[in-house]
Amino acid sequence: MLTLAHFLTLGALLFCLSVTGIFLNRKNVIILLMCIELMLLSVNMNFVAFSRFLGNLDGQVFVFFILTVAAAEAAIGLAILVVLFRNRQTINVAELDDLKG
Amino acid sequence: MPIYEIVFYTFSFIMLGAAVAVISVRNAVYAALCLVLAFFSASAIWMLLEVEFLAIILVVVYVGAVMVLFLFVVMMLDINVEPLKEGFIKYMPAGIVVAVLMVAEFLLVIWAKGRFGEAAFPIPAPNPDGYSNTAAVGELLYSDYLLAFEVAGVILLVAIIAAVALTLRHRSGSHRQNPAMQVRVRKDERVRLVKMKSEPRQEG
Repeated sequence: MLTLAHFLTLGALLFCLSVTGIFLNRKNVIILLMCIELMLLSVNMNFVAFSRFLGNLDGQVFVFFILTVAAAEAAIGLAILVVLFRNRQTINVAELDDLKG
Repeated sequence: MPIYEIVFYTFSFIMLGAAVAVISVRNAVYAALCLVLAFFSASAIWMLLEVEFLAIILVVVYVGAVMVLFLFVVMMLDINVEPLKEGFIKYMPAGIVVAVLMVAEFLLVIWAKGRFGEAAFPIPAPNPDGYSNTAAVGELLYSDYLLAFEVAGVILLVAIIAAVALTLRHRSGSHRQNPAMQVRVRKDERVRLVKMKSEPRQEG
């Protein structure tokens, strides 16, 4: 029997994996962006599971909007990445310290 | 074990394995391809939950557009991966400890006291024949969430313009038209009137 807990566990595992990915790949901006996409996927998984088990379609509409915003975010993020690479010839996060924060 | 659970566990393991590959492979192209696999498996699991519209949207929009964009960028940038991987081993223990702790906490919250078990959230009955998930979501999207839907369209427009504006580059050597200057041009910048005596026609 697949209960709601099974789907929530799947989302939680995916979320933890993507957090670990951000820990391990803190130099590579492209992998960081991919980990953020995975994180959004895990959130969407929770939304979809709750929507199904509560019999309420609002969760699916939210997933729709999250997908929209994630697509916009990926497009702008990759554009920034391209400009960054054009100007600095690197995407290493450790070398992007111009702001001296 | 019924087919429902076989499908769930198969695609879950594929998805989690692909996610592990995304965060651990050396080559960013393989990472992007593994991400595609993860999204495909997630889409299959959503199909299992009878969320057909979003499952297809996930494949079409994510795998079809966003992931191809990722692949384009990864292949376009000639990245030297060696310095980017340093620190992977160094941060591995901390990352694994954090991940294990987070997983333990999540599992505790999700499984303790049967909060999300069958008693609290009974298994929903399958949708009746002729039920259209797409029609239901569309109806909701165009009635209750109409304003949010249009704002989402504006967000996408802003993203398009921002991406173009960020990556547009004016090369110094290129000869482009400038319509504003073309409109503003005056006669004396183009035509030079020369006064001279008339000359007899040269016969021959």
